[in-house]
Amino acid sequence: MSELLKRSVRIFFTYGIRTLSLLFAVSVVSFVLISASPINPVQQYLIGLGTAVSPQQRAELEDYWGVNEPPVQRYFGWLSEVLHGNLGESALYRRPVAEIISERFWNSFALMLCAWLLSGVMGFGLGCIMGMYQDRWADKILKKCCYILSAVPTFWLGLVLLLVCSVWLKWFPIGFSAPIGVRSEDVTLGQRIYHLILPAFTLSLMSFSNIALHTRQKLSDVLSSEYVLFARARGEGKWTILRRHGLRNILFPALTLQFASFAELFGGSVIAENVFSYPGLGSAVSAAGLNGDVALLLGITLFSAVFVSFGNMAANILYGIIDPQIREVEA
Amino acid sequence: MKKHKTAPNRRTKLVIWTSIMALALIAVYILGIFIPDTAVFSSFLNAKQPPSFKHLFGTDALGRDIFLRTLKGMAVSMTVGIAASLISAVIAIIVGIAAATGSKAADAFVNWLIDLVMSVPHTILIILISFALGRGLKGLLIGIAATHWCSLARLIRGEVLQLRAQHYIAVSRRLGKSHGWILTHHLLPHLIPQFFVGLVLMLPHAILHEASISFLGFGLSPEQPAIGIILSESMRYLSAGMWWQAVLPGLVLVLMVLLVEQTGEHLQTILNPYSVQQ
Repeated sequence: MSELLKRSVRIFFTYGIRTLSLLFAVSVVSFVLISASPINPVQQYLIGLGTAVSPQQRAELEDYWGVNEPPVQRYFGWLSEVLHGNLGESALYRRPVAEIISERFWNSFALMLCAWLLSGVMGFGLGCIMGMYQDRWADKILKKCCYILSAVPTFWLGLVLLLVCSVWLKWFPIGFSAPIGVRSEDVTLGQRIYHLILPAFTLSLMSFSNIALHTRQKLSDVLSSEYVLFARARGEGKWTILRRHGLRNILFPALTLQFASFAELFGGSVIAENVFSYPGLGSAVSAAGLNGDVALLLGITLFSAVFVSFGNMAANILYGIIDPQIREVEA
Repeated sequence: MKKHKTAPNRRTKLVIWTSIMALALIAVYILGIFIPDTAVFSSFLNAKQPPSFKHLFGTDALGRDIFLRTLKGMAVSMTVGIAASLISAVIAIIVGIAAATGSKAADAFVNWLIDLVMSVPHTILIILISFALGRGLKGLLIGIAATHWCSLARLIRGEVLQLRAQHYIAVSRRLGKSHGWILTHHLLPHLIPQFFVGLVLMLPHAILHEASISFLGFGLSPEQPAIGIILSESMRYLSAGMWWQAVLPGLVLVLMVLLVEQTGEHLQTILNPYSVQQ
């Protein structure tokens, strides 16, 4: 056990340093991109306000964005502000970005968690079925479905589901995380879940084919191995083999893959939230981009990078712990 | 694929099928380009018509024919997709070769770079790039090109590493051939099929990303008939029951993406020397 602990600590540190370097690079790249844009953050903030600003307020803004400083200094000035937790003020919502992110993240988190669990369970289950009945009709149909789903754009699937389930069947509401006209404190958990189902389902449909095809491949590898042949010769049934030999070998790789898919999950949630007008980070980021809200765009970009790196770190640690062959952390 | 007993062998059939698919794709593309702008005029008399023989996909809220607009949009999406994939594939081949033939540090750097691109969700990265370049075609193109090269670069890196371990390359090196000579005479010829297959397999992703980003409102301007824009317009009339504007153009998009994907996979089989005997 101490061996395992030591290894996980080492993996943790190696990846920690790598992750920090990546996050630093992400902040540099996104700051450079934002600076290169024709939109001036201070100007944009003032335009949005529409009213006069006191010179002091303006000076504060200019100080935050380092308007009169050389680029490198401007970046480090901004970075130190960010590291102190000051992500600036959103020009669109007139509130600190950190506040908006922490508030909206929980909406997005609920959505992504549901989609993540659903796609994981669905993908793994269907992958097992596909692997068990390889090259039979069930496998063929499911495989076709997976291929077709990978060609379907998330937003169109969302539109069609919205059309069928909300407009025609009137099962679900059209958009928003809560009924319109109800104050946010009064929304019940049931109502939240009710508004969450359709976007979460859309998002999970988008990502399950990957895990299903992976599971199918792994399971068919396991089933064609010699130890399974031996187990079969001993008279073990199909499902016993799956339980005793299959699941043990394929569960963790599938879980690793699922953790490594945080980037696609977040990207997909941007689209899904826009289709369903769900008030999470995804709809905020596109609104920020469209309205030139520099602070919010930067904040969410950084936040998404942190989010993805958490997933990657979890995947790498899992991978390193469970697979004794990967002693040395490789690139 | 149907099975005929007297039919030519599988490979010939595959080649024929792939050609038909490629022809269909090219036909849609050319049709989309050559539909004049005047064909997609707006007329309020025809607004919000459901599908009929006169308007296959019906008309939108401004009375424009959705079928023609979809075809035009498909051509635009494919142009953007092809251009972005081409840039991306060239980046991939350069980066992949640099990683495999360069120093250890170069290899580590390329891996780090790939991790960097992968560490931000692509949708957000494209939004950011599009924002930086002042929304429009250019930002969209560069955004898609900058995010799609990673997996092909990894593939090419692996391929080159494998090739470099071959005897004939070692012999060539001992015979005093320069790195550049080995690169152009031994490595690149092997990578050309990889390059084209990678390009075609990248295309569906590029087209889908283009559509999603246009749907979000970045990228192409609202007057342009891109699929993403048609679909984002359809959102406004969804509850009014205009299902045709949401469903049909999307269906065309899915079909085209599937077609491109299949063509790419078939191409891969055809170009793979090990499958010649099938």
